[in-house]
Amino acid sequence: MIGVIQFPGSCDERDALAAVERVDVGRLVWHEETDLSGLDGVVIPGGFSYGDYLRAGAIARFSPAMEAVARFSAGGGPVLGICNGFQVLCEAGLLPGALLPNEGLRFICRQVGLVAEDFKGPFGEEIGPGERLSVPVKHMSGRYFAADDELDRLEAARRVAFRYAPGENPNGSVRDIAGVVNETGNVLGLMPHPEHAVDPVTGSDDGLSLLRGMLRQPAAA
Amino acid sequence: MTPTAELPGVEQAVELGLTESEYQRIVELMGRPPNQVELAMFSLLWSEHCAYKHSRKLLGRLPTEGERVVMGPGENAGAVDVGNGHAVAFKVESHNHPSAVEPFQGAATGVGGILRDVFAIGARPIAVLDSLRFGELTSDRSRYLFEGAVAGIGHYGNSIGVPTVGGEVYFEPPYEHNCLVNAMCVGLARTEEMIRSAAAGPRNLLVIMGASTGRDGIGGASVLASAELEAGDDSKRPSVQIGDPFEESKLLECSLELLERGLLVSLQDLGAAGLTSSAGEMASKGGVGIDIDVAHVPLREPDLEPFEVMISESQERMLAVVEPSKLDEVVATCERWQTGSAAIGEVTDSGHLRVLDDGVEVGDVPVSALVDECPLYDLEPEEPGTWMYGNAETLGELVALSAGRSADSSDPSAILCALLSSFNVASKRWAFEQYDSVVGSRTARRPEDADAAVLMIPESDRAIAVAIDGNGRRVACDPYAGTVEAVLECAQNLACAGAEPLGLTNCLNFGNPEKPGVAWQLDRAVSGLADACRELGVPVVGGNVSLYNETEHGPIYPTPVVGMVGELPDPAPAPGIAPGEGDRLVLVGPFAPSLAGSELAKQRGELDAGLPQVEIGGIAQALGFVRQVVRDGIATAAHDVSDGGLACALAEMAIAAASGIEADLDPLVELRGGSGESCLFGEGPGGVVLGVAPGQLPGLLEAAERAGVEALEVGSVGGDRLEFSAAERDVSVALADANRAWRSLPERL
Repeated sequence: MIGVIQFPGSCDERDALAAVERVDVGRLVWHEETDLSGLDGVVIPGGFSYGDYLRAGAIARFSPAMEAVARFSAGGGPVLGICNGFQVLCEAGLLPGALLPNEGLRFICRQVGLVAEDFKGPFGEEIGPGERLSVPVKHMSGRYFAADDELDRLEAARRVAFRYAPGENPNGSVRDIAGVVNETGNVLGLMPHPEHAVDPVTGSDDGLSLLRGMLRQPAAA
Repeated sequence: MTPTAELPGVEQAVELGLTESEYQRIVELMGRPPNQVELAMFSLLWSEHCAYKHSRKLLGRLPTEGERVVMGPGENAGAVDVGNGHAVAFKVESHNHPSAVEPFQGAATGVGGILRDVFAIGARPIAVLDSLRFGELTSDRSRYLFEGAVAGIGHYGNSIGVPTVGGEVYFEPPYEHNCLVNAMCVGLARTEEMIRSAAAGPRNLLVIMGASTGRDGIGGASVLASAELEAGDDSKRPSVQIGDPFEESKLLECSLELLERGLLVSLQDLGAAGLTSSAGEMASKGGVGIDIDVAHVPLREPDLEPFEVMISESQERMLAVVEPSKLDEVVATCERWQTGSAAIGEVTDSGHLRVLDDGVEVGDVPVSALVDECPLYDLEPEEPGTWMYGNAETLGELVALSAGRSADSSDPSAILCALLSSFNVASKRWAFEQYDSVVGSRTARRPEDADAAVLMIPESDRAIAVAIDGNGRRVACDPYAGTVEAVLECAQNLACAGAEPLGLTNCLNFGNPEKPGVAWQLDRAVSGLADACRELGVPVVGGNVSLYNETEHGPIYPTPVVGMVGELPDPAPAPGIAPGEGDRLVLVGPFAPSLAGSELAKQRGELDAGLPQVEIGGIAQALGFVRQVVRDGIATAAHDVSDGGLACALAEMAIAAASGIEADLDPLVELRGGSGESCLFGEGPGGVVLGVAPGQLPGLLEAAERAGVEALEVGSVGGDRLEFSAAERDVSVALADANRAWRSLPERL
């Protein structure tokens, strides 16, 4: 079973739940819950958790559920942070780098091409390196940033998971980076929304392979 | 302030916007002069905004019945049945004046307000559309207002997780000093869980939920306020409300949970005129009375006067009627969602709205006097007989900008590029990319993909299409025909997605109805709306009226904005506007182009009163045909002819397809007898361009003939140029140049 965290101000939690239910069973996890036992994976969905006041993701990282997510991921459990979820994971220190306001300083909603890297962990199990996915982005603060030496280390350690296709970087992310994984590869954060790419009628179902990859590694005991 | 203190007189009533005779009527109805609290309440509920004094009589002309109507006008939003126990609720509302003062917050709270209207009846908002009007973008102020309003709409809708799936915007000089911001919300509900706003059950409790109450939006009552304040202390009187989408997100989820668990008797949002309006309407609909103790209302700043609490327009608040035994559960649910709740009064059988301050009565008004007894006025319409608005030649400049300084502004190729780059025709991608159009996982056709947004409703195994339209310039030319066209434009957009209209909502934005010319516009427009809806068989399930949209520079263009919801069995065959390479293009419908009121006439400074009259029946028949062709999956593309005429419609299809189009419009010239230029750039209702694979062409033309619908093959898709001929007025433009002109809006902001 995959849990989808629900903060006050989450927007895409039902979408994420419906998407994971295409590959597994799922349930919503209230932000005050601390018991994640029985879950095989956790999704931190998009939205504006706690209004994103102060800074995107800055308040949500202190929620009881996020403390549980930190323990869950330390035990090897797969965690997928999408958009606001990526911002929360960076704020929580579970992923490197930060998400800055978009280069154009405007919210942007657009279908973009993503190119998969050869990266660590379960999420790429069903996606070949170099494979191209069509997935929407929609965010105000999605410009990935980390210092150059950190980026070199991430690239060398196969921790850059996805880049925007050439010419399609919507927000000015450094080195076109759209998603990164943690050291052990079981935590993936990405700005594009794979849960909004699960049905060809809405534009694409390229996100399904990524969601299926989540289940390729057993959860921590 | 107690009723025994010094009473306000007729002067203060007039300063609050009431007339002397309205004040006298209040004294008669009350049997005594009103005190400050009472006068403040009357001044707002008897305002045009709340009482529809100048429009209510006209609105009786609109057809409101239909077998699919679940909730009609009078509730927070209208609703239509979409099968399998589900209903779609929708409404459009204006937030014009706040947006003219502060576009970001004005537009944001406009979205917030219309969302509350929809979830107040128990429907989860699933889409927002917006309709915007500004002056020309060549003006600094219009650019500021446009950018602010777009950012505000995005801020609120994106943050609360409701997709903004469509909309429209026009830029015209009469909106320069009075912009329009209309927002429409569409929601989905289980029909049996929908709730009305009528209060019921004496001794049931009145609970205010959501944000605390402050001094937001009570500038209108500053006459009363200033009596108690030091002179010049205006800073305490912000009259534009500030929106907090996070607060509303919690309030939305909390309200829907309370309704789902059956914990509420009734629910109403707090909008214009705050508690007074909400409590008054709940009591009026339920035929009951209500006592409110303002001392129990959670305040965001101390020392609000009772009248201020009663009329505050602080955002993100709802008013519920709750049985006493369920209060604890309601409060606990609000706490779980981290939103406020407080019992502030109770339902009574007195038929009065009583205001108490810590148990002491400070106001007592018969509900019927407050809500139902406002005098209604007859309009005194008089046809102006001439064009009431200005004219300015701007084509030369646009031609120079889009086709080069040396271009000839009578050359159809140059005109096409100029029109494609005009603010009204050009792509609005810059705006709609600032809106989340996909959250909710229902959006099957996004902005600019197709003429209408298409949303999946898996709950009842079908989809809906939604569109919003209203070209004020054409309504200014002929209020009756222009309004008929607005309804038809929506119906055309829906037909292009294969959708059949279920219901309509509208927002009537007009100038000062006390002026005979504006009264005439309003009168004719409502007749046009009524006739079009009747002939198309589309009931009006709700609406909003915004009058007095004028300044010393004159009135706005009369702008009835029409929002329509239709259903389709399956979103998959709904085509976009992009045909495939090699496809044939067929013009369907009795489209009779005319340059009257067109974008080209505007750019040439040749606008004048009058539009060709419209034969609705023939268009309705053609739209039925288009709908069937689309549902059958035969059309590879469908796009209606709108701003900039057939040439612009074809160019937009070519740009979307990334392929050229060759079109021969001579048969159209022959059929309609117009000039080549009017066939290229003339406008009017009743034209849809369909794309079909070559093999499907003969079948389509035969089927049209059998159905008695006009269908003309006009061209084919291929190459990298736009080559149109129409009675020797030829267009020859490289697709890349057309594309550049059409996408030029961002660089001119």
